[in-house]
Amino acid sequence: MSYTLEGRTGPWEIVVGLEVHAQVTSNAKLFSGAATAFGAAPNTQVSFIDAGFPGMLPVINRECVAQAVRTGLGLKAQINLWSRFDRKNYFYADLPQGYQISQYAHPIVGEGAIEIELADGSTKTVGITRLHLEQDAGKSLHDQHPTKSYIDLNRSGVALMEIVSEPDMRSPEEAGAYLTKLRQILRYLGTCDGNMDEGSMRADVNVSVRKAGEGYRTRCEVKNVNSIRFVMQAVEAEARRQIEIWEEGGTVEQETRLFDTARGVTRSMRSKEDAHDYRYFPDPDLPPLVLEQNWVDQLKASLPELPDERRARYVAMGLSPYDAHVLTLEKETAAYFETVAKGRDAKIAANWVMGDLFAAINRTRTSIAEPPVKAEYLGVLLDLMKDGTLSGKLAKEVFEAMVETGRSPGAIVEERGLRQVTDTGAIERIVAQVLEANADKVAEYKSGKEKLFGFFVGQTMKAMQGKGNPALVNEAVKKLLG
Amino acid sequence: MHPTDFSLRGAIEALNEGLISSVELTRAHLDGIEKLNPRLNAYITVMAEQALAQARASDARRAEGVAGPLEGVPLAIKDLFCTAGTLTTAGSRILGNFVPPYESTVSANLLRDGAVFLGKVNLDEFAMGSSNTTSAFGPVENPWSRANDPDTRLVPGGSSGGSAAAVAARLALGATATDTGGSIRQPAAFCGIAGIKPTYGRCSRWGVVAFASSLDQAGPVARTVEDCAILLKSMAGFDPKDSTSADVPVPDFAAACARGVKGLRIGVPKEYRLEGMPAEIGALWEQGLQWLRDQGAETVEISLPHTKYALPTYYIVAPAEASSNLARYDGVRFGLREAAKDSDLKDLYERTRAAGFGPEVKRRIMIGTYVLSAGYYDAYYLKAQKIRALIKRDFDDAFRTVDAIVTPATPSAAFGMDEKQDDPVTMYLNDVFTVTANLAGLPGLAVPAGLDRQGLPLGLQVIGRAFDEETVFAVGAAIETAADFRAVPTLRAGV
Repeated sequence: MSYTLEGRTGPWEIVVGLEVHAQVTSNAKLFSGAATAFGAAPNTQVSFIDAGFPGMLPVINRECVAQAVRTGLGLKAQINLWSRFDRKNYFYADLPQGYQISQYAHPIVGEGAIEIELADGSTKTVGITRLHLEQDAGKSLHDQHPTKSYIDLNRSGVALMEIVSEPDMRSPEEAGAYLTKLRQILRYLGTCDGNMDEGSMRADVNVSVRKAGEGYRTRCEVKNVNSIRFVMQAVEAEARRQIEIWEEGGTVEQETRLFDTARGVTRSMRSKEDAHDYRYFPDPDLPPLVLEQNWVDQLKASLPELPDERRARYVAMGLSPYDAHVLTLEKETAAYFETVAKGRDAKIAANWVMGDLFAAINRTRTSIAEPPVKAEYLGVLLDLMKDGTLSGKLAKEVFEAMVETGRSPGAIVEERGLRQVTDTGAIERIVAQVLEANADKVAEYKSGKEKLFGFFVGQTMKAMQGKGNPALVNEAVKKLLG
Repeated sequence: MHPTDFSLRGAIEALNEGLISSVELTRAHLDGIEKLNPRLNAYITVMAEQALAQARASDARRAEGVAGPLEGVPLAIKDLFCTAGTLTTAGSRILGNFVPPYESTVSANLLRDGAVFLGKVNLDEFAMGSSNTTSAFGPVENPWSRANDPDTRLVPGGSSGGSAAAVAARLALGATATDTGGSIRQPAAFCGIAGIKPTYGRCSRWGVVAFASSLDQAGPVARTVEDCAILLKSMAGFDPKDSTSADVPVPDFAAACARGVKGLRIGVPKEYRLEGMPAEIGALWEQGLQWLRDQGAETVEISLPHTKYALPTYYIVAPAEASSNLARYDGVRFGLREAAKDSDLKDLYERTRAAGFGPEVKRRIMIGTYVLSAGYYDAYYLKAQKIRALIKRDFDDAFRTVDAIVTPATPSAAFGMDEKQDDPVTMYLNDVFTVTANLAGLPGLAVPAGLDRQGLPLGLQVIGRAFDEETVFAVGAAIETAADFRAVPTLRAGV
């Protein structure tokens, strides 16, 4: 059953396409050598090129081009060996050149596709229309002074990838899943850090609504939405607004809107009539960008494993599709899991990572990047269980101790004397004491109350402070009860 | 002989032989500037103290036996080249207070080779003009005057009018200039000196205030073809900071001047015989071709069929690029800022640009904005780009059969400062012979070849294959030798 919104006139389908601006991970800007680090003091990472000084000229940063190509390859997209930079002309105080250098007519990456996973376990393919490279603008700060605006050019000239999807999404969930998956791929590739709260990724959300079986109706673009949650909210809010207009007999006008996160509604930013005429034309300062197939092949060969492939590999290792999905969501989680699972039972490793480790991370408010227990230590813990040194119960205890102290499992086992007792003689001696002390219960057992078996086992374990090997304790109880 | 009468090469020899010091040479030019610049207005900024300090340092280097190829040679720098710590105006009010913190690659190359900078010379505002009357710092006067009408003040041509007037009046041994549609060759021809627009990509554009990026090219003006060759050798070279700069070796251009023209095939484009062109220009052209034949060249008629579209094409492409290049002059970061107390951003833009740009610049920004606008782009800009490709192809075809092309440099001699000012299109016609080389990216040299009836200099133009400035210099030098051009302007230093 496909997703619809219910209006007075019946169900409405939502049509969503996303334009995502992803900041390229690189040390220098797209056309200048200035640094790109986040959080630097205002106007400290600005070259004369970024500030649009007279006579300054852009020179393409090869690494940014490589990152765009890697991303295109990761999106299974067409890599265009010939692309071109155009100027997008408009005036704004934080746009020093008076134009943005972008790729309008001939992008570096053409059509591709992303497979998204939905909550019901189904998957869906979302088409990628194109990816192009462009410069970011600077930042206008309107809240620093009662009557003045301040300009910070640190971002001016930073390389962005604009990744445009087809209008293939049909629900807020699909839009969220698309953005989640795109972010995951970029982070696996190392081409964008995906930090939406630092502005490294932002989305322009195109939304329209329609009745089942119709062609597309007029869309509106909701600009600069900066979290996955807000994108999902914006889709629904904008769709509801449009449904209301249509149902009241009105017409949705094509326009650019903003999402008011506090009130959960979209607001008009500018109408089609106010739209800029950007006067795009080829940037005469930059020759066409010509790539060698050979170079593209080299980048392809050195591409890291992507989420889809990694997930398939985990399933082949014996994990459930759900576990494989969860473990591959963040590449840091996958890396952690792989360290734990290396040479060990993958299923057990997955259970520990997704169970005890995730719980510990939540409890201690840490992250998989700085985990409360080192992956290597968790691996050793699994080994200690496998060779019988620790029971499952003891292992949990050791794990908690590791969370608290950060020490290795070996050290904790030694220090606390948690080693499991596997000496059958010693176990039998304790069992004998337990039976002796509970002669009445033994009599009841022998008269048919077999449920008491567990009581004897429990008493024995208690007497051994939990260190008795459970299987051996069971065996000894059975033996001595005759 | 007065020190300002040296050719650039002659000055280098005199310096090498110790006949004169750089300080003496520099001071002689500064004296000339002091005397004549109030009238000619060739210099916007005279760098007297700095020039003398550079000259002293140069003399010291020479004394230590380390002398660059241009050691101690006083030059003028077009005020479109950014010079670190020195006012750089582009002839515009909007950059009237702009002191760049960086040195253009071309001027840095000259300093590297030992040159002394006398000052920054005048130009049409943002290099837009053919008469040097659009400068915010006043018009430049041509040091030449008509024999029968000495009181009419003449234009030096443009946009490099300050460069050409300064060199012609002996206020510099040579000067940097730039050429977008003829801005080196037309003023050189009007002022009776030589000037070359090299192949696009030969000189770095880094640090040169942009007019039309795909057409702009720096080059030298000087009083002889060989002097231009010496200067170009220093100015040229690959620059990784300019993506359109060509990574090709820089040959010994001066040596090429002595190659001769024996066996060369010289193309004579029939489309350049304009209706209504003064007979003197046609006669001089024919004379030039005869000189070349006399020295062993063969002249052949060729066709460049798209020539008639060159001027309209140029006046679409150049303003389009300019409208975008000049967007950065907005009053926000540098240069002029005009704002009222309650100005918002739009008001700041409007006031700044209204006050900062002159009428010709505004005209071209409007034309450029128009031809790039939605609905007009295909009809103007895109079509112009297609014709530009055809013009280029015309030359490619021609250069399969000829080694160089010779044409007049300009359709007339220098005109009066009050003439041709009413109709911009009449002014634009000045570029009719020169714009094609910019559109095709080819080297073009103007060389003085004779005088008109009124005693004003006329020039011929040599166009060559891309990156074959050597042949261009060889042909230019052959014309120069035969013309034996010795006339001098009335206004000049040392008299």
